[in-house]
Formats: sequence, C-alpha cells, structure tokens
Amino acid sequence: MTLDIILFAVFPYVAVVLAVIVGIYRYVVDRFSYSSFSSQFLENRALFFGSGIWHYALLIILLAHIIALLFTDAWAAFIANPTRLYTLEGLGVALGISTVVALAILALRRLLNPRIRTTTTVLDWLLIVTLMTQVSLGVWVALFYRWGSLWYMYTAVPWLVSLATFSPQVSYIASLPWIVKLHMLGGFVLTALFPFTRLVHLIAFPITYLWRPYQVVIWYARRRATS
Amino acid sequence: MDVRAQVSMVFHLDKCIGCHTCTIACKNIWTDRKGAEYMFWNNVETKPGTGYPTLWEDQEQYRGGWERDSRTGKLRLKLQGKWGTLGNIFYNPYLPRIDDYFEPWTYDYQHLFDTPEGDDQPTARAVSMITGQYMDTIEAGPNWDDDLGGSPVYADNDPNLTGFSEEERRQLREIGRLTFFYLPRICNHCLNPGCVAACPAGAIYKRGEDGIVLISQEKCRAWRMCISGCPYKKVYYNWYTGKSEKCILCYPRLETGQPPACFHSCVGRIRYLGLVLYDADRIVEAASVPDAQLVEAQRSIVLDPFDPVVIRRAKANGISDLMIAYAQRSPVYKFFKLWKIALPLHPEFRTLPMLFYVPPLQPVQATMHNGTYEIIQTGSEGLAPMLSALEQARLPLRYFARLFTAGNVEIVKEVYRKLIAVRIYMRLQKVGDVPEPEVREALRLGNTDPDEAEAIFRLTALPTFDERFVVPPLGREEAMETQFPSLDPVSRNYPTRKGEVGFGFRKEPARRW
Repeated sequence: MTLDIILFAVFPYVAVVLAVIVGIYRYVVDRFSYSSFSSQFLENRALFFGSGIWHYALLIILLAHIIALLFTDAWAAFIANPTRLYTLEGLGVALGISTVVALAILALRRLLNPRIRTTTTVLDWLLIVTLMTQVSLGVWVALFYRWGSLWYMYTAVPWLVSLATFSPQVSYIASLPWIVKLHMLGGFVLTALFPFTRLVHLIAFPITYLWRPYQVVIWYARRRATS
Repeated sequence: MDVRAQVSMVFHLDKCIGCHTCTIACKNIWTDRKGAEYMFWNNVETKPGTGYPTLWEDQEQYRGGWERDSRTGKLRLKLQGKWGTLGNIFYNPYLPRIDDYFEPWTYDYQHLFDTPEGDDQPTARAVSMITGQYMDTIEAGPNWDDDLGGSPVYADNDPNLTGFSEEERRQLREIGRLTFFYLPRICNHCLNPGCVAACPAGAIYKRGEDGIVLISQEKCRAWRMCISGCPYKKVYYNWYTGKSEKCILCYPRLETGQPPACFHSCVGRIRYLGLVLYDADRIVEAASVPDAQLVEAQRSIVLDPFDPVVIRRAKANGISDLMIAYAQRSPVYKFFKLWKIALPLHPEFRTLPMLFYVPPLQPVQATMHNGTYEIIQTGSEGLAPMLSALEQARLPLRYFARLFTAGNVEIVKEVYRKLIAVRIYMRLQKVGDVPEPEVREALRLGNTDPDEAEAIFRLTALPTFDERFVVPPLGREEAMETQFPSLDPVSRNYPTRKGEVGFGFRKEPARRW
C-alpha cells in the first residue's frame, strides 16, 4: 500500500514537476539542445521502416488514451456496441504490435550500424529500453486483460482525474494486476525522462508552420513603416 | 516599391583557375569541426561534372527549389506542401545521405611507426571520422571528379547534358579530350530561398538589412527539410550536433569591413562583392514568370541606385545614405544589371539566387586531324578571327543556357557577344592588329560602345581590392548610428534584437543531454 502511494500518488507529481521545471530550464539555458537529433542523414533504409511506423502507430494509440481520458462519456457510448469495441481493440493490438516491431528495428539499427552507434548516447539507450518496456507492456495488457477500453474508464481515468485535481486516490487502481500497474507507472517514468532526453522534440513539433508565411525576414532594428 | 538592400556577388569564371584556395580558407575558419567535416560551404566543381553532392542539379531526385504550376502560374515548393512537410517529418523521402557526399576520413599515421618490419611498405590506413573504423576503400571524396578525373563516368552524367545530341557531345571532345571549366559555389543568399520556406521550425531567416541567409542554431530542431529545400544543396546537416548549417557569408568579417574569407583569399581574383537594391514587393512576381524570362525578371527587380525615386524609397525604408552610396559603387550592380554580362546559376530553381556568374569563353582554337594538332582558321596575321569564337565555342551554348539562363540561348549569346566585343576592342587598343571594321562590327553585335568596353575591361582585368569588394557599412555600431542619429545608451532609444539572432555558439556545439 505504501509502495502504491509512493508510485502512484507521489511519483506522478515528481515526474510532472521534473518535466515542467527541467523542460523549461533546458529551454531557457540550453535551447541549442532542443533537437530531434535525426540520424536519417547517416542511415536511411532501416529508418524508413522504423521511424514512420513507430511515430504514426504510437501517435494514434496515445491519442486513443487521451480521448478516453478527456471524453469518457463519448468513449463509453462509442464502445457500448460490441462490434465497435472488438474493432477498436483489434486495431489497438495491431498498432501496438507495430510499435514493438518498429522500435525493435530502430533499436537494432542503433546497435548494429556503426555510424548510428557512435551518435547514440547512454540516455538514448535508457529511453529506448523504457519505451520498449512500455509498448510491450501495453500490448501484453491489451492481449491478456480484456477489454482495456472498458476497464480503463473505471480505473485509470478516475485515478488520473484524482491526480489532476490534487486529491490522489490510489484505491482506484490498487487491485489491478501488477503488469497493468507497471504500464501506468511507465507512463510517468517517460514523463520524468522527457526533459532529459531527445524526447523534448515532442513539444517542438512545428505545427506553426501551417500558418507561418514561407519567408522569414528578421531585422536587427525594425525599420519605420514603409510609406 | 519596397526597397531593400542585399549583399550580392559576382564570380568571373574566365578567371577561375580551380585552385580551391577559397574552399580551404572557408574550411579552416568554419567547418573544421566534428560533424562538419564533410561540409563545404564553399566548393569548386569541375563542369561538366556531377558536382557536390553527386548530381545536386537533378531535382527529380532531390526536389529542391520551387516549381511553377503550369496552369495557375503560382509557385510551390518542389519538395512538398506544408501538410506534406509535417506528414513526412519522421522520414524525409528526398533527403540526401552522407554517401551522396562522402564519408569523411583521416589517416592512421601511427600505423607507419608501429608496423613490424616486413617485406612491404607500411601504409597509413584511412580511418572514418564518423565511426572511427578503418575504411578499406575510399569510394568518394569532396572533389572526386576534379579536372574531369573519372570522366566520362562523372562528366557524361552531368544533368545539364541530358538531351544533347551526339554532335554536341562530339563538340565537347573537339581536341581529343573533354573541355571543362570550374564552377565555384557558395550559398546564393537567394531572395526567395527554398531552405527558409521549407524549414518547418522557422529557424532559417534572411537578415533584413543585408539579405544574408542564416540558420538559428537555437531554433533548428533537425527536421532536415532545408537540406532538401535548397536546390543548390548548400545547407548541410551536422550529424553530430543534430543541426543544419550553411554559409554565413562570413558576416562577422563583413561587419568589420572585410570581405568573406573565400573572396579575400581568391587567387584568380574572380570574386566581386557589393550591395544591390531590389524591390521586395516583386520577388514572387519575378520568381513566377516562365523559364525563358527568369533572368530578365530578376534583372528587373534589381533597382538603379542612382534613380531619385529609388533613393527616396530606399531612405523611406531606413536604408542609410551611406548604404546607398555603397550600392552606387557596387561592382555587382554593374556586372548584372548595367552591363548584363553576369547570370544567375540555374534560375529555373526560382529561388532568385544573388550570386551571379560571368560565363567563361571557350573558343575552339585548335582541332585534332589525323592525330595532329591544327590551329584553325588562322587569319593573314596569324590571328584567328575572334568574332567566330561564339559559333566555335567548345561547350555548346545550350550547356551554358542550361546552367545560367534556364535554357534561354539568346541571353547567353548576348553575353558572349559583349565579352567578345570587349576582347576585340581591347586588342585594337593594346596591339592594334584588328581591322577597324571588325571592331565596329563586334561592338555593334555586342550591343556595347568603347566606353563600356573599356569599363568592363578595367573591372575585369585591373580591379583593385577596393573595387572588387565594396563591403557596405554593416558594422553594427555604424548601422545603428546612421539609423538613429541621437543614440542614448542609457534609455536605449534604439531597438535591438541582440541574443535573438545570429550564429554565434555561446556553448560548445555538442550533445549534452
């Protein structure tokens, strides 16, 4: 129980505070380091199979987690129909397995290609191992603890809501199998890792490009308006 | 009319001797760092050839620059649209790889000392500067096809030669070997840069005051679209720091009144630098005209710095009297706009490059007949008629048209007729063995007159350092004083953006996280 409180009522706050404080600190003090550190220039082929699948599959799964959390009622109504539930779960497992395979490709690429290996840091490996654990746990949970889409709404969602409202209630998830709990913990471990690793490229996603004019001109001293 | 100033350049290819001193000067100052070994912000290519990176001119492969929608006449990035950029952000399908450049290496010199005694000479084995592993075979280098080394493999694959007839290719080999010339290249600091437009992070920008295109190292997030977006492949990706880098036109030197290092060190004195004024309102218009009109359109947006209207508009835009005076002395204005003998490189990429080239004259003066070397068409005085130099050019004019005028052969002819006229006129002045009618005919064909010919000769053959490099007053203090005559450092009545722009590393460019 004490362990539950430390891991699921205290650690999440530590993780989020770390992410925010260190994230801002790093942005202010060492903005140069905010980069995705793309290695496509050194190796193209394995990245083609790994990177695209990894990012897109992961984004969709992440989006499903967030939608179920934010729009619980709509989610519940949607999966009330068994056909939709099975389709959704099937899709989730397929995407989950895709992320595992894609990440395995990316990890092997980092391990086996000498060029990529030299540009890989210890933190990169820590991140890869954590991510691999997390997505594998996710697939395991989806396969053997059915149906996640359903029980997620009555366990993880109220727990996360309690965290967000600063009245943490670990009782919602206390009786869940440990493997499910590990997956939940993994989410916050990744949050804690976020500001220290290349994961910061997540919030650097250049969405502003869509409305920015093509050309960027910066004046050292802004001139008077043209007549 | 939105008058802006642009530091721009002219390279006179007839004077380039291909010594690579510019490249080395640049390399030693800017790219002698980890991750930057393969970068050549300045490089010298042998043409015909495939260039650096290999086949950079082939935009079907690299998709750099802009293209004109044939139906609407509108411009779009050849790479992809904005949604395409975000969609391809995890994998850029058109990104060149390091192998399209070369894998940088050094040598294991210690091996020379450590090798035990044996029958063979020890060698200094090549070591990759990326992996640190031995490289058994070096397959490419930064200047692999220099002086046509490796031709016909390299020269015959020059993208500018596609569609050439067998007769034209034969002309290239007129004296038994392929003809060639050198093409030094740096960043063109374009008016409509493809790299800026392609960068989703908005990290690349054009400096308003002088038009230098820079990459903010703090804003770059390694989305690597700029490398594809630049049709000249002059943006390089630092694989070690995860940042893109490019030629900065040595702005720290310019701001202290010195020309860029590659200009300063040029042995053949082929390089000219000066300010031009242009109309920023007409950039898109000039970049959107059909191929054959591109050079003229670009000339038309470069403004006459002596025109009172232009001067008034320039002042209204905050361009100081001093800057205007420098623009009036600019050699680039003379070569490109006044004399019309300098041309942009590959204007069909539609980025409006601001580095112009005076194309080289390559008359066929001799041919091979049955294994003997014969000087052709020798006149009565032993002087081959120079007027026929154009028709006898060893490189087909179409080749130069591919390079410099988006296929418009007429413009190339006009340039060459003028260059020939200058030579004939000066021959008359210095040696006096050319018949008067031939001189008059040359001047008429070249659309020039004795004064202009004299001026072109003077700036081509006898320019002083200060005539070649009219470095505008970009010193920050100077620029501030000219714009804000009453400077008050206490209340700071002048706006600055210090700390927001610029290249300067305040920390070691390395991974720390």
